[in-house]
Amino acid sequence: MRKLLLEHIDIPGINTFEVYRKMGGYSSVEKALKTMTPDAVTEEVKKSGLRGRGGAGFPAGMKWSFIDKKSEKPRYLVCNADESEPGTFKDRYLMEKIPHLLIEGMITSSFALGAKTSFIYIRGEYMYILRILEKAIDEAYAAGFLGKNILGTDFSLDLYVQPGAGAYICGEETALLESLEGKRGNPRLKPPFPAISGLYASPTVVNNVETIAAVVPIVNMGGDEYAKIGIGKSTGTKLISASGHINKPGVYEIELGLPVEEFIYSEEYCGGIWKGRKMKAVVAGGSSVPILPAELILKTAKGEPRLMTYESLADGGFITGTMLGSGGFIVMDETTSIVRNLYTFARFYHHESCGQCSPCREGTGWMEKILHRLCYGHGRKEDIDILFDIAKKIEGNTICPLGDAAAWPVAAAIRHFRPEFEEAALSHVPIGELVAH
Amino acid sequence: MSEVTGTIKFTDEALTQVRRIIARYPEGKQKSALLPLLHLAQSEFDGWLSPEVMNYVASLLNIKPIEVYEVASFYSMYNLKPVGNCLIEVCRTSSCWLRGADELVKHIENKLNIEVGETTSDGMFTLKTVECLGSCGTAPMLQCGADYFENLTTEKMDELIEKWRASGKRSSYLKSMQG
Repeated sequence: MRKLLLEHIDIPGINTFEVYRKMGGYSSVEKALKTMTPDAVTEEVKKSGLRGRGGAGFPAGMKWSFIDKKSEKPRYLVCNADESEPGTFKDRYLMEKIPHLLIEGMITSSFALGAKTSFIYIRGEYMYILRILEKAIDEAYAAGFLGKNILGTDFSLDLYVQPGAGAYICGEETALLESLEGKRGNPRLKPPFPAISGLYASPTVVNNVETIAAVVPIVNMGGDEYAKIGIGKSTGTKLISASGHINKPGVYEIELGLPVEEFIYSEEYCGGIWKGRKMKAVVAGGSSVPILPAELILKTAKGEPRLMTYESLADGGFITGTMLGSGGFIVMDETTSIVRNLYTFARFYHHESCGQCSPCREGTGWMEKILHRLCYGHGRKEDIDILFDIAKKIEGNTICPLGDAAAWPVAAAIRHFRPEFEEAALSHVPIGELVAH
Repeated sequence: MSEVTGTIKFTDEALTQVRRIIARYPEGKQKSALLPLLHLAQSEFDGWLSPEVMNYVASLLNIKPIEVYEVASFYSMYNLKPVGNCLIEVCRTSSCWLRGADELVKHIENKLNIEVGETTSDGMFTLKTVECLGSCGTAPMLQCGADYFENLTTEKMDELIEKWRASGKRSSYLKSMQG
């Protein structure tokens, strides 16, 4: 398996400028600034087929090409390091271990977009990583890769790290921009999109950490070469955060196209299910994506092996498929209560709803309340239908996708594990007391 | 706004940081400094944001106090009430729950003789549960100060509590609790 982002992750001192540079670091900045035009860099990103790694999977090159070049306002690149999707911890790993990769990507990408000031917005809880990034940024300034006239060219860039303060919603790009402006993280109505009116009403691109890091190998190897990795429209490599009931939780860089079964059971990755147990279910792309029972995560409804690609995971739509999402891969063993796990998700979304749209503000609260009573032996027969109904009524009726993200897991869990919900509704014993760890 | 309230004032060292933070943003966009400044204020003024502290931050940024209150009350890392010396925040979302977060919380509750959301009578510890901290591969885990404590067991937890009790150090997101 080829590694493009984490190739040098185990080299001692790779977090320092000196070692990172010795391993070929910052070559994409040299190549772009000295031999390419900004548009040529964007063209390579387009050719690479790179899709946004934060969860939505929107083609990154296309997003860049939407930036308003006619505007006389300054342009901004903002890196979304607000990683908060339950099950996702890849960006933290990358920033902690190899911070210069992100900084190099920020410089090369800012050049392509014509941004002279760029920000990395990082979740407040990652404050210790903010310090790591600031140290790396200082090193990059000292080496002449940031600041005025980088490498003697007329391109100048200032880069800052901005902390959030505990709000999942700020991972939504317009909420992030509001937060960066010193406001509550309430998502904006779109259009206008950030490419036209983003930070300080200026043309802005917001990209995930891993997306920006991937620009480095893309510029180095060329977009066409990058696109040869993977299958179809799922090009390149992807960081997967693996957690839950597996033998080897951690962050793995995979080539898109790897069979899901190999990812779960191979010693190279998750190393199989812990304690010799059987797998019950998987949430493949962070808490927002539909949960799938073991048989459907390994094989599609048509009986084909499921692959780690945007398309294969989505095969079967929301009835028998799911999404690659952020790559937050949560595995549950046979002892897991799906109802109880769903309760942790529902509580999460209720806590994180910004409160702007009533379907989400009220609906997430109702779902949490109903799942709580199902978990604690106070369930009612009609609860399952009510849950399903609330989920349907939130979906598509809110300004931002948090509402959908809260609704999808509920609908999917009931769809695939209805008998468990029925049992919970009739039982008068708290589920926690039935679950063994 | 220039309602500077009497006794509350950053140290000279903190004020240097304030100026450095404000200088990052374009002219007229100094409000962008609000979140970093509230982190700094919480760290400097006993781990929470009193109305007086928030008014002071408003005065530094030349914005209305309400603009600070509405932000401080939105984000979960800002404490609007006093907290114990040592704020323990245990992650409880899916992956952490799957690997024993509930048991860990129960253990801490028993050990400190408080429930989630409470502070010990000596003002030493406050226990909170929080949503996903992005440490799912090393669950169960908690945050205290700037640090993550991962792959926790009840034994490790007991050691940490004793260590924090002995050090008496106030937790702050801007400072490490290690060493």
